Order: sequence, then C-alpha cells, then structure tokens
Amino acid sequence: MSDFHAEVRRLDDVTVIAIAGDLDGDAGEPLRGAYQEATATDPDAVIIDFDELGFMNSSGIAHVVSLLGSARQADIDIRACGLSDHYRHVFEITRLADFMTIYDSEEAAASSPVGG
Amino acid sequence: MTGTVSRADSGQRRSEEQARGPQDTRIEAPPVDIDPSDPLLVYVRSNPSPVDLTQLKLDSPAADELRAAGVQMVVPLAAQGELIGMLNLGPRLSEQDYSSDDRELLERLAGQAAPALRVSQLAREQEAEARLRERYEQEMRIARLIQQNFLPEEAPQPQGWDLHALYRPAREVGGDFYDFIDLEDGRLGIVVGDVTDKGVPAALVMASTRSVLRAAAHRLVDPGPVLERVNGQLQPDIPENMFVTCLYGVLEPDSGRFRFANAGHNLPCIQTEDGAVEVEATGMPLGLMPGMNYEESEVVVGAGRSVLFYSDALPEAHSPDGEMFGFPRLVATVGDAPGGSELIDAVLEAVDGFTAEDWEEEDDITIVVLARSGTADPAFATEARGPRELVSFSLPSEPGREREAMDRVSSAIAELPLAEGQLEQVETAVSEATMNAIEHGNETRSELLVDVRVAVDGDRLLIGVTDQRVGGDAPTTEIRPDLEAKLRGDQSPRGWGLFLIENMVDEVHVDETDDRRTVELVVRMDGDPDE
Repeated sequence: MSDFHAEVRRLDDVTVIAIAGDLDGDAGEPLRGAYQEATATDPDAVIIDFDELGFMNSSGIAHVVSLLGSARQADIDIRACGLSDHYRHVFEITRLADFMTIYDSEEAAASSPVGG
Repeated sequence: MTGTVSRADSGQRRSEEQARGPQDTRIEAPPVDIDPSDPLLVYVRSNPSPVDLTQLKLDSPAADELRAAGVQMVVPLAAQGELIGMLNLGPRLSEQDYSSDDRELLERLAGQAAPALRVSQLAREQEAEARLRERYEQEMRIARLIQQNFLPEEAPQPQGWDLHALYRPAREVGGDFYDFIDLEDGRLGIVVGDVTDKGVPAALVMASTRSVLRAAAHRLVDPGPVLERVNGQLQPDIPENMFVTCLYGVLEPDSGRFRFANAGHNLPCIQTEDGAVEVEATGMPLGLMPGMNYEESEVVVGAGRSVLFYSDALPEAHSPDGEMFGFPRLVATVGDAPGGSELIDAVLEAVDGFTAEDWEEEDDITIVVLARSGTADPAFATEARGPRELVSFSLPSEPGREREAMDRVSSAIAELPLAEGQLEQVETAVSEATMNAIEHGNETRSELLVDVRVAVDGDRLLIGVTDQRVGGDAPTTEIRPDLEAKLRGDQSPRGWGLFLIENMVDEVHVDETDDRRTVELVVRMDGDPDE
C-alpha cells in the first residue's frame, strides 16, 4: 500500500495534477486540495496525470466523479493521461471517459486545443 | 509418659500413632489442628530440639491448643532437614519435670524415629500412586474395549475393490475410529474420524458418533447432508472442549466414483498418474457449532490406484530432533508406493525410517486404504473432479483489509492461465467485494470475519467472499450508477462497487443464509475477459 500524493504544476496555459500512489477512500482531501490549487489560476484546462497511480478503487472513482462534477459546474475542461489499460477500461465502463478526454501522454493532453 | 505424634506437614487433623507408657494410665491427647504457618512450626524448624511448652513464650495458637490438650513437651521429628511430624508428650507420670537427660533421650529417640516415619510416609504415598495408576489403567482397558468393540472386524470387499484397514492403539487409548457402511445399490459408506481427548469419554463420544452417523448414512446418503445431520445431533450433547473430526464418503464400486464431505479431518490422499494428490472438502469438526454446512468433493479412482485415509499420528510423527513427518512427505510416499495393503506397509516404513523408535506408542494409528483392482491405465486415470481450492483465509472487518485480500488472492492465482488484463480485473473485483463485505455485511466490526476462498474448477476461477450479514444494507441492492446524475449532484458520487465487480468478472452469484452472505465471483480463464 502506498500513500496518495497529488502534485500540482503549471504547464503553459494548463495545470497538471500529477497523482501518485493509491487513489482510495483516504485520497479525498488531498485530491480536493490539489483541484482547488490547480483551478485557482484560471487555467484553460486541468490535466490529471495518472502515470504514477498505484491502485484505484470505487471510493477513488467517487472522488474523481466529485472532482469532475465541480469542474463541470465551473465549466473547466478536465483531461486525463497516463492511465494503464486496466484503468482506461474502468474509465470507459463507468463512462468517465465520456466526460474527460483520455490522452496517451501529458504532452498530448497539454497541446490539445481548448474544448477538444 | 503419654503422647501422640502429630504431623506437621499439613494443617489436617491427624493423630497418627500413640506412644505407650509403662503403666495403664495412658491418656490420648486429643488431635490438634496446626496451621502450616503457625509460629510454633517456624520455631521448631529453626530449632529442632524438644520444646517445653510450659517454658515457651511464643504467640502461637497451636502451642495454646496443645497446652490445653495436656501436652507439655513437643519433640520435632525431622528427616533430611524437613519437619515431618512432632511427638507430643504430656507431663511425666512421676509428676517430676523433664530432666536434661530426658530431653537428650527424647532428642535421640526423635532422631531415630523420624527416618522410619518418613519411610512409612513415602510407602503410603507410593501405595496411593499405585492405586491411582491402576484405576487409570483400568479406565484405559475399558476405553479400549469400547473402541475395539465398535471398529469393524473386517473390511468389506466389494467387487473390483480391495479394502484394508489398520488400527494400532497407543499406550493411551485415543479417539480414532473408522467404519464401513453397506448402502443401497451396492454403494459403500466409508468413515474415518478422530475424537479429541482420550480415554473413556473419547470412546463414548466415538461410539455415539458412529451410531448417529450410521443412522444418518442410511437415510440421507449424500455425504454433506449426512455430516450436517450428525453435527446437529452431536453438538448439543458433546462435552465441552471435545469435538470430532470426521470424513465421510460414499464409494460407487462400479464407476470408481468416491464422493465425500469432510468435518475437519485429514484429507484423503489419492494416487493418480502424476503421483498422489490431496483432495479437499471443507467443513468444521463435528460438535463445535450448530448449523454447519459441509462441502462435497468427488474423485474417480482409476484402475490400479488407491486412496489413503489416515489419522494424525502419521503426519504428526516426529524425528528425534523434533521435525514433523508432515503432509508433503506423506503425499510423496503415497505417490511412489504401490496400492492396496502394500501402501500401508510403505507408509508405515517411511514414517518408521523418519522417526525415533517409539513413535508408534505416542498416538493411535489408523490407516484405511481403498484399492481399485486392475492395472493402472492412463485412459481410465484417476481424476480429481469438483473445485480445487487454491487458498482460503479470513480477515477481520477493518478498513483497508480489502487490499490484503486482493494481494493474497492475486499471488494465489498468479500462475493460472489468465488472459491479458484479467489479473487486474480480478484484483479490482476482489477488492470491491471484500470492501462491501467489511463495510456493509460486517459493518466494519473488527471482531467479525470476512472469509475469502479461491478455487479452480476446470477453466473457471471461483472466488467466494463471505460476510456474516449483520448489516442490513445488502450490496446487491445498490442503485445502478448514473454518471450524469452523479455529475449533476442528483446521485451520490459513490456506489460503484457492485457495478465494478459485475464488469470485472464473468458471473456474480450471491448466496445468502440467515447469518452469511457469500458473493461468488466466476472468471472464465483464457476466455474473452470482458466485452
């Protein structure tokens, strides 16, 4: 089991939340904090980078849903990258993939035009 | 002179001997209780010579009582430094005081009497011990009689089969037993069991288990329900701290099918073309808890192959340096051995070679062998049917334990032929099912256990996650998650557990009783993992 960690950094016009460790029930607070930090500077989009994700369970999915719900209310574009095949599959069956575009890499996510 | 000897080794009222005076005016002093911590005893232990009670200044209830009983002189009797008694004397008959010569004489007398008294004490103790031992041996004889009376005199010999049984009692009579029961249609019931405890109580429990089992076997036939019935009948009456491990199976001599259930007994060991295997069927020992269920397993014994049943004495036999013979050695021995009675010889020889000389006296040995006639033909090879268990374990219902369940299942199935991505899907499903069991089924009460069991049946991987169903909120009634509603805030963002499980495995079955809920996950290995 590895502790959850979310690091926020600016990448030109977008911000990146780089997730590391296990996204489970305990990850709610740090993920929400990271989201607030990431949106404070009014970026064009927020990219969640799952490259260092260890494990995600249904509680973790619930946190991502909450984050995505807030972002849709504030009309913020959320993108995802770095997902393993397994979690890409999970995002597809839960239809999270319909509401956040999944990119293969952080570069691809960052260079995509707003709204695309 | 009058006097008595009182024993100082206990506070009991014991007047042991009477010293006879030269005249007829003997008075026996009444017996006196002396507390083991009385100061008088402390005094004479540190000062082992005659004490004149009229001169003694000591706050001692015993001294007061002795004086009241007419005792004047107390002569301690000590052997090998231990106070073993006191010679209590009244006043001299001449009504003169005891002289220093008298005291010297008494002290010498005490010095000679004490060892003799000690010898007689020891002889009595030994006699008591011998009586106890004799009673114990008598009990063992009775126990052995009960037990042997109930063991079958000879094994039945169904067409095409050769059955052998060996029972060798140890010094003490244990609770081993076995039985053969003729059933309808030429089928044969086979019982091997062991009652915890020894002696007459174990023999009586064994006898009642046997008769209850015989009655149930004729009525119910299927081994699982038979053991359920036996457990139900034994459990209310069995003495506390006693239980019975028992394996019951039904052999169809024509087809070679042997179907059995197991109440915590050693697993049967079956010869196959690839050596011997143990075939599992889980179940609690008889008599521990009411309402138990017993899983059934089935094997088909091939021509020329044997099945071995045995009691604990075999795997638990140990070498001179304390190492156990153990199951792996036993299985290997059975795999390499011929069948029939030679299998019994081979197993005994292997254990003999491993252990110290007297192992056979430590515990009863029971071995039963079912040998199918004919030569081993790979076309009719012994084949294990039914689920093969890979791992089973229990976890307390604490948050985060689902990760442990996931890791343990994951390592247990690592070698299975899973399609790409299937391992992670199983991991997610196990983690979610366990989390549901912990949080909903057991309400995160750490004293309640979640049982996880992983088995393989052909190309199907079966994972059962069982909770104790104290929580009212069944995860099966979870509302189908609607992501749009969740994003709008009309539905809780949570509630993905069952949805994930259903999408990660091929089938999900829920089996509920009053006090258990099992979610069984079924995964077809090598199949299309998911659409």
